[in-house]
Amino acid sequence: MNRLFKDKEHLVRVAGLFAAGIVLFVIARALFVPKGFGQYGHYRAGALADVRSKPVVYAGRGACVECHTGEGERLKSGKHKGVGCEACHGALAKHAADPSALKPVKPDPKTLCLTCHQMNVAKPAKFAQIDVKSHMDGGPCTTCHDQHAPDKEPKK
Amino acid sequence: MEEGLLHAVQGYMYPNEVELQWSILIVLYPFTTGLVAGAFILASLERVFNVAAVKPTYRLALLSALAFLIVAPLPLQLHLGHPERSIEMYLTPHTSSAMAMFGFVYLWYLMAVLVLEIWLDYRKDIVLMSRTETGWKKTLYKVLSLGVDNISEESLRIDDKLGRFITIIGIPSAFLLHGYVGFIFGSIKANPWWSSPAMPIVFLFSAIVSGIALVMLMYMAVCVLKGIPIDMPCVDTIARYLFYAFLIDFSIELMDLIHRIYEADESFQSLDFMVHTRLYTSQILIQIVFGTIVPLGFFAFTQLVKLSESARKGIYVLAGCLTLMGIFAMRWNVVIGGQLFSKSFLGYTSYKMDFATKEGLLPAIVLLLLPFAILWVLVKVLPPWEEPHDGAKAETAAA
Amino acid sequence: MNQDRRDFLVRAGKVLVLTAPAAAYWDALAAGKTEPEEPAYRMADHFWGMIVDIDKCIGCGSCVRACKTENNVPLEPFYFRTWVERYHVESLSEHPEVDSPNGGYNGFPEKYAAGDKAKSFFVPKLCNQCAHSPCTQVCPVGATFESPDGAVLIDQTYCLGCRYCVQACPYGCRFIDPRTNTVDKCNLCYHRITKGLTTACCENCPTGARQLVDLKDPRDPVHEFLRTHKVHVLKPHMATGAKLFYNALDGSVR
Repeated sequence: MNRLFKDKEHLVRVAGLFAAGIVLFVIARALFVPKGFGQYGHYRAGALADVRSKPVVYAGRGACVECHTGEGERLKSGKHKGVGCEACHGALAKHAADPSALKPVKPDPKTLCLTCHQMNVAKPAKFAQIDVKSHMDGGPCTTCHDQHAPDKEPKK
Repeated sequence: MEEGLLHAVQGYMYPNEVELQWSILIVLYPFTTGLVAGAFILASLERVFNVAAVKPTYRLALLSALAFLIVAPLPLQLHLGHPERSIEMYLTPHTSSAMAMFGFVYLWYLMAVLVLEIWLDYRKDIVLMSRTETGWKKTLYKVLSLGVDNISEESLRIDDKLGRFITIIGIPSAFLLHGYVGFIFGSIKANPWWSSPAMPIVFLFSAIVSGIALVMLMYMAVCVLKGIPIDMPCVDTIARYLFYAFLIDFSIELMDLIHRIYEADESFQSLDFMVHTRLYTSQILIQIVFGTIVPLGFFAFTQLVKLSESARKGIYVLAGCLTLMGIFAMRWNVVIGGQLFSKSFLGYTSYKMDFATKEGLLPAIVLLLLPFAILWVLVKVLPPWEEPHDGAKAETAAA
Repeated sequence: MNQDRRDFLVRAGKVLVLTAPAAAYWDALAAGKTEPEEPAYRMADHFWGMIVDIDKCIGCGSCVRACKTENNVPLEPFYFRTWVERYHVESLSEHPEVDSPNGGYNGFPEKYAAGDKAKSFFVPKLCNQCAHSPCTQVCPVGATFESPDGAVLIDQTYCLGCRYCVQACPYGCRFIDPRTNTVDKCNLCYHRITKGLTTACCENCPTGARQLVDLKDPRDPVHEFLRTHKVHVLKPHMATGAKLFYNALDGSVR
């Protein structure tokens, strides 16, 4: 044995250092690779649950009409039937969970309606759009239109 | 963040594209790894291809490569959003990601090639110094020698053989080291400025050019500092290899350019406009004219006309500096240039480089100077001045 | 067995038999309203995508606002999970004029005169949820990935912030969140769609220009839609397997 490693002892020590390094690396992998990594693919399986657990901020029409059935029916009968409630009333999942915790603010009919209906050359031609100057000149749209069924007159 | 940046947008950029993602630190990274690969290739010229003339620069080239390789990951760490997580690249590397696999190429090159080769070449001197030094220095050299005192003829012969073998492996490893950096950019199909099969080759040859230029300049500087005469055959040979490498590099880049202009695909108009406006100074003037054509002309001149020693020295210094500037500009034009235009091909943005911020000019300058500081330490611990691995020379160990 | 023991056994038996339903009733009472258990979400049953109908988009920006609200995206004009572009095309040979003021967050102030014979329209953009996503390919650590149900997601605790994925995305839909120094992008409101809701942008789009689709659901109208309409994906030559299908997309769109 001694003859075999004569004059090569330094190389044996280098090899030993490298081997030690590899062992350390393997141990580090075992210790530090997160649990569930690689279960579905090259990622931490727990990330799926992390993303899913984010809070819901918009409740969605279904939640609103559970209580606000009148408005729900009205919407279904008119041109705004595809418009989500929160598109005008803001994000209200908190309100849906606990109505007293968050009172929605009533949108301003002079400005909100125009974000969609103010005339713009890039909007599809058949979309209902008006030039606010020549159409009631900035007066509240709800004077003539029921906001929940805008092709009908507003409810008195 | 910076509303002012919006005013610098010309035409249309996707909203998320307005701010540049990769800064000057990412320019530094291919520059430093390129110097490493180039310096190593020069060293291997002597070891493997027996170009004896460049022997005086052998050890200096290796130590320079090590100094720059140590610094190479630092700009990346500074740039990362979460540097403390960078170990993930070694724990769970994504094998389809060039960046992840590069971590292993780097590690391989550092440990199995460069450190090992330097150690084998210096081992005799380390052991001699462990015998003659005192105090903490003695301990240092004892540790470096791994506690082995044997420097018999046979052991040194084994070292030499193994060292040669490692250098042979080291050449493709150095190619891989910097070719890979080229691939990191060249494999991005989303970016037409980067996406090209020529990218790894272009990066590699420009790396060789920069590394050789660096070692040449440093060798001349070190000789002047130490007051010893510059070995002119050595420097002439280095300059000649630099010239050849530069010719190849220039040809490949020129071919890529002609190809782009001729094919004039969807991206061409946008890129062409960018080169003529926002990238004009750094690409046309600094990289092409003063960083490539002028030094090439100088080197060609020295090859064709017999000049005096002092004239050659002057030209080598000037052309060498211009070369380094040109190669740095090339990295800048690739990294920054690739982010100045919109992937919609309808607009351009600007790169706003701060000074004293995490990714500003100041850390970049520090990181460029740091390898020299490290090299200074390395040269103190492992002086390159003795003749390398001359097995026939009797040990003149200061007993 | 004597009479007492039999009596005891019969009485004990009756008590025992009544205890079980009593306990169950008590449990039900204590638990509150008894609702049917929501079926657990199974990833293998879904493969998500989205349809965007250019003919319906009015550039109101509701989607942009809804997304930023739902997903807590920074409000500065450099960070968008989704945005809307306005195209103004004078003729096919010219480059289109494109703008996206703050991503369309506040809609689009009119800047073109009516009747100028140009073609103009809005194009909503978001992550294309690529089936062969280049961003996933280049991530060095596995911080971004394609989920088994077809959404491209981000593991915020694992991302290094190296920005390689941002460079690799051909559509410009990724950005670095300056508050976390990690990458972020549209993840198809994964936290909503796995609960049976639709995405925030689809929920708030007033014209139905955006529709979430489930390609694995045989009853989803997407199959009929793809069969009967002329649909495009963005940058098809990049072969990203994009699952964002555009109806009536003009050739000038980048």
